[in-house]
Amino acid sequence: MSPSAVSLTVIFAIVGISAAIGILAGARRKMDLEQWTVGGRGFGAVLMYLLMAGETYTTFAFLGASGWAYSRGGPTLYILAYLTLAYVVSFFILPPIWETGRKFGMQTQSDFFSVRYGNKYLAGFVCIVGIASFIPYLQLQLTGLGLIVSIASFDGIGRTPAMVLSVVLLCAFVLVSGVRAVAWVSVLKDALMVFAVASIGIVIPNIYFGGIGPMFSALAQAHPAHLTMPGASANLGHTWYISTVLLTSLGFFMWPHQFGATFAAKSSDTLRRNAVIMPLYSFSLVFVLFAGFAAVMVVPGLTNGDLSLLTMVRKSFPPWFLGIVGGAGAITAMVPASIFILTAATLFAKNLYRPTFAPAMTDDQVAKLARGMVVALAIVSLCLAIFTSTTLVSLLLIGYAGVTQFFPGVVLGLFWKRVTVSAVFAGMVAGVATTIFLMLTHRDPLLGWSAGFVALCLNFVITLVLSVLTPAVREVYA
Amino acid sequence: MLGLIPFVAMCFSVSLWDRVDPVIFGLPFNLFWLMCWIALSSLCLRAAYRSEIARADKGGTTK
Repeated sequence: MSPSAVSLTVIFAIVGISAAIGILAGARRKMDLEQWTVGGRGFGAVLMYLLMAGETYTTFAFLGASGWAYSRGGPTLYILAYLTLAYVVSFFILPPIWETGRKFGMQTQSDFFSVRYGNKYLAGFVCIVGIASFIPYLQLQLTGLGLIVSIASFDGIGRTPAMVLSVVLLCAFVLVSGVRAVAWVSVLKDALMVFAVASIGIVIPNIYFGGIGPMFSALAQAHPAHLTMPGASANLGHTWYISTVLLTSLGFFMWPHQFGATFAAKSSDTLRRNAVIMPLYSFSLVFVLFAGFAAVMVVPGLTNGDLSLLTMVRKSFPPWFLGIVGGAGAITAMVPASIFILTAATLFAKNLYRPTFAPAMTDDQVAKLARGMVVALAIVSLCLAIFTSTTLVSLLLIGYAGVTQFFPGVVLGLFWKRVTVSAVFAGMVAGVATTIFLMLTHRDPLLGWSAGFVALCLNFVITLVLSVLTPAVREVYA
Repeated sequence: MLGLIPFVAMCFSVSLWDRVDPVIFGLPFNLFWLMCWIALSSLCLRAAYRSEIARADKGGTTK
């Protein structure tokens, strides 16, 4: 067999096995709306850990982080900090979110807003922003899948057919299985990914430099500025680092899927214990960074940094290993992508369409509509992935800038009784508008500050000031 | 309060530790620092968890 046939076969075998696991995990249960979206609210510590890890370590961690380590250098370290700090934040905010969720039978983030603030327009707005923020994140996963298949086939299969193929697989997977399946496939995904990144991160520096220490000293000598901030970039200095780390670590659990996953936990204690362990998982990313830094010396001159990890693997290892890495990468894209699609589709059907247009819909009809939306969303992101090109990290940061605007509404809503609907609404609109304006006019970063963070600060100030100025509303939420 | 420690260490103090030297175990200092704090953050949360459990056992003074 030719090298490309070997690596592609391995990739497809891995994807096939995961699809089978997913379908088996889903098949034994009756899929009503609650089972499909929050797994019947009965996930213990282990499943919960798997679900959260499954949602966290996406293609972004795999290809995007190494890509930035390659093309930008030092600023990439923000990833280690933000993931860890995101769990620190989660320790304090998720348990109260879960408590309210159980009390009012919430399934989605929008449910939270509609119950806490008793305003369906605010809840609808949260939905729209959430869905819109998912699209770049989905696009990121599809772009990653396309890169994997085209490199593994030694450029035999174009990126576009590869992406189309993966979208079809993805939809099939989501429609059949629901959230429980995703948690189980995460087991395979994470085992493979940790194996792949650890071997790449350790073996490659050894082959080319004789160890990790020598690699860094070689790199420090050849490119003295690459390892610190702003590295190889012009404007990603310390201010950018602080503002981006804050933006992303506060925003992490504002992603509708992370927020929704909270409700799948069995108890708030599960969530706290999870938060204690999860930071340790960030260690696996250190290896990804090693690989990206090694690539600076091994495969210099790539125009697209996101290709660096795979190009280097292809150059250094036999095709079957490229297949394993590619397969790990592929399910690393598919598992989170299915969660995003699942969440966005449920949001649309349950929290946007039903309350606004058709209050009489039954849960069954909502579930049907959600399944239709799965396909629609997949197609939109596919088109974007085919026709636009940005680096994986930039896509992620666009999404974060959007969802982090929920943070004031959620946190003040939980811990401060005085906060009012109009204040939260105004703050959120201002935050989202600022984000869109700064991104569209290419002013990110703004004077060294990450655009989403500027918007978040504005959002916070408006929410606080208006809450104090407007009269307290009657207590809908008790 | 325990939750603030990791934020200070990993985020706000960036200009203090963002440099290559001294190289520790072959790692640039900024990378080494962050790796230490991944582990230490987990310990901070563990401590916070312990204190929360202790408080809950005393008869729920918090909520």
